Amino acid sequence: MDKMPKWADVVLIPLISLLLATILSALVILGIGEDPIAAVKIMFDGALGSTYGWGYTLYYATNFMFTGLAVAVAFHARLFNIGGEGQAMLGGLGVAMACLYVPWPHWSIALLAAGVAAMLFGAAWAAIPAYLQARRGSHIVITTIMFNFIAAALLNYMLVNVMRPEGSMDPATERFPAAVHLPTLHELLAPLGIGFSKSAPANVSLLVAIAACVLVWALIWRTRLGYEIRAYGHSETGARYAGISPFRITMIAMLISGALAGLMAINNVMGEAERLVLNSTEGAGFIGIAVALMGRSHPFGVFLAALLFGFLFQGGAELALWSNIPRELIVVIQALVILFTGALDNMVRMPLERLFLALGNRRRDMGEGAPLPERKPTQPTE
Amino acid sequence: MNASATTPPAIELKGISKAFGPVQANRDISLSVAPGTIHGIIGENGAGKSTLMSILYGFYRADAGEIWINGQRTEIHDSQDAIAAGIGMVFQHFKLVENFTVLENIILGAEGGGLLRPSLARARRTLEELSREYGLDVDPDALIEEIGVGMQQRVEILKSLYRHADILILDEPTGVLTPAEADQLFRILRRLREEGKTIILITHKLREIMDVTDTVSVMRRGQMTATVRTAETNPEQLAELMVGRKVLLRVDKAPARPGRPVLEIEGLRVRDDKGVERVKGIDLTVRAGEILGIAGVAGNGQSELLEVLGGMRPGAGTIRLNGAALPLHGRGADGQARRAAGIAHVPEDRQREGLIMEFHAWENVAFGYHHDPAYQRNALLMDNAAIRADTERKIEKFDIRPADPWLSARNFSGGNQQKIVVAREIERNPDLLLVGQPTRGVDIGAIEFIHKQIVALRDAGRAVLLVSVELEEILSLADRIAVMFDGRIMGERLPQETDEKELGLLMAGMSGEAA
Repeated sequence: MDKMPKWADVVLIPLISLLLATILSALVILGIGEDPIAAVKIMFDGALGSTYGWGYTLYYATNFMFTGLAVAVAFHARLFNIGGEGQAMLGGLGVAMACLYVPWPHWSIALLAAGVAAMLFGAAWAAIPAYLQARRGSHIVITTIMFNFIAAALLNYMLVNVMRPEGSMDPATERFPAAVHLPTLHELLAPLGIGFSKSAPANVSLLVAIAACVLVWALIWRTRLGYEIRAYGHSETGARYAGISPFRITMIAMLISGALAGLMAINNVMGEAERLVLNSTEGAGFIGIAVALMGRSHPFGVFLAALLFGFLFQGGAELALWSNIPRELIVVIQALVILFTGALDNMVRMPLERLFLALGNRRRDMGEGAPLPERKPTQPTE
Repeated sequence: MNASATTPPAIELKGISKAFGPVQANRDISLSVAPGTIHGIIGENGAGKSTLMSILYGFYRADAGEIWINGQRTEIHDSQDAIAAGIGMVFQHFKLVENFTVLENIILGAEGGGLLRPSLARARRTLEELSREYGLDVDPDALIEEIGVGMQQRVEILKSLYRHADILILDEPTGVLTPAEADQLFRILRRLREEGKTIILITHKLREIMDVTDTVSVMRRGQMTATVRTAETNPEQLAELMVGRKVLLRVDKAPARPGRPVLEIEGLRVRDDKGVERVKGIDLTVRAGEILGIAGVAGNGQSELLEVLGGMRPGAGTIRLNGAALPLHGRGADGQARRAAGIAHVPEDRQREGLIMEFHAWENVAFGYHHDPAYQRNALLMDNAAIRADTERKIEKFDIRPADPWLSARNFSGGNQQKIVVAREIERNPDLLLVGQPTRGVDIGAIEFIHKQIVALRDAGRAVLLVSVELEEILSLADRIAVMFDGRIMGERLPQETDEKELGLLMAGMSGEAA
């Protein structure tokens, strides 16, 4: 007997967490003397009320899908990859190099090459912490965090000293050639007769992200590698027994994770900015952690959570623009959602489990005595 | 037994019930233990013995029911209440601080003052009196990490006596002891009884119940099914009460017909994770069609031996399977290579090694054999449907309950978890089967079944290496017995030519000649 039905775990807990975060946010907005209902309305209108809003929401969601999947894959091997931010930055470097230094005839080939470059760079950046974890036992949380800083410094150096066009004062590369311009949703949907905002940044990368969700799902639940990753994640001694090499799984899971985080760059660098700028990732690597937590490390959950956070980002930006709520407070609201859905999971989970247990008991008492499962209650003393 | 009609019972439980969520661990349990007696509580794993004792010791609160101590209704909210009521508990896993002395451990939590020195002096005098009174010899200044488990257990008992316990609860006290140490413990328990202490002995070993208790209560599925005087019962009846049906306590098997050597071990040395040498140069041979049993107290190198053979740990020396040397370290020495060579492995700890508890039953059936071509759909994808079909077959053949391939391993009982592992390994028809503690935490009914399967594999001409700390299991299942002590083989015996006493001496490190 599980403590509660799966649907409660997957659907109810995130929804309740979200509701709590919303209520608390509303109280905060009330506290500074603004109208929470109006605020919610601005957010919805701004993020979902127009194809322009949708275009931004989906653009952010694309970023979060990549980084969320990255965290999720590593998490299945019980590796906490906090380095999505740095890996995505390096992915940007890979994209910039591929787009600037090779003359591509068509955007589709460029996308392929830039995607491969982004994945290679992201994976390489994850490989070093992975190796240190697998061979030396250096904790991957610590090393990946440190590698975020190193990545930022490296990018700074590359943009200021190497890739900055001569004469420019801006620490950014020059604009990518027009041939590598990725089709936006406007351009993709126009032939189908669907009107979509011209200025919104959502682009073909969204489809790549959705494909990545499907591929990661197949990898985790349908391939032998995914089986080994999950087995290792649940029990290292079990993996040793089954002849699954912890070193190999740690390396592979982190390489895939880094590659996914790096792949985000085809969206923000190639699709939106069309050049590499400082801080192009805008914290998406960290949002990925919340997305993976809320999505229960399941690709479909990641997809939904990424949409939610895309909405929050775009809605928050609109809120800053059209209300008197200060920008800092919008960050607070986003942080509340992350806090509730990610970190305070148990706060909702435990009362809910107790509720389901109580309901289960009542049902059982009315029915026949269920056979006693062997599972012993954990002794608090051992 | 000085219980008379006028003295109230030392412990009386009335209608104790306790549920953990959907699990009714204790259901309306009543128990009465006369003062100055040794009362056994016997039952299978998960029958609710430990829960009941945890309620008595204040770790859990009962949902319903009353506790009466010496005729007084007593509320026990925590272990402090229990100690105040004169109850002492000796846990299966000792609660001692390894780098403290015996004396320091005994006063821990009962220092009786802010200054350590006077407390220690006082405790030393009390301890000397207690040792004399009950014949419990310990060196108060020895460090815990430097004394044996038998001695450590005595420290635990002294800890309770130091806190003026009149009622002692011992939870599976002989699990880590050699037979000789166990006998010594029983002598101490009898002495304590003579001094008027009341003792509750929780165990799943029928022999101990018969040896030392005055009365015995049997628990099954959270209920107290019977309380009988030990003198008026026998092991077969107790086993039947525990399981709820007649069980075969002996393993039914024909004499072995050993053939060619399948596994040859020469000069094997193994280190544990800390780099301590745990197997110190052993030579062993297991032949086709025989079960070689490795007897020994837990922690004498048997686990490491199994791990090396199963590919979980590197080693040094020579291992040959069917005459071909097996690598002992590197990629070619992992679990996959061992399975490919024809070695199947039922590991000692099914929950941490043999199964992934979060995985469905069918995922666990492929565990370790997930490279099997029959389980692959193509180069990329696994054939989950084929695995599930295979699982259905194994569930049917091994009578695994509930018969649901989608259930997580965690939600099967210990016996059925073990059946999943045994089914997976035996159905590979391996040349060599490694078996570690095949029936630890497994109910009697499943023990019978698992033993039969192991014997059947032997009869099919396969070699079996059995490691068990249950001497009874070794004696009844093995065709030949090697005793391990401190990483060495102390001697080999044939089960029909030896007994528990001789094996016990070997297990304690006495050489064969002295035995």
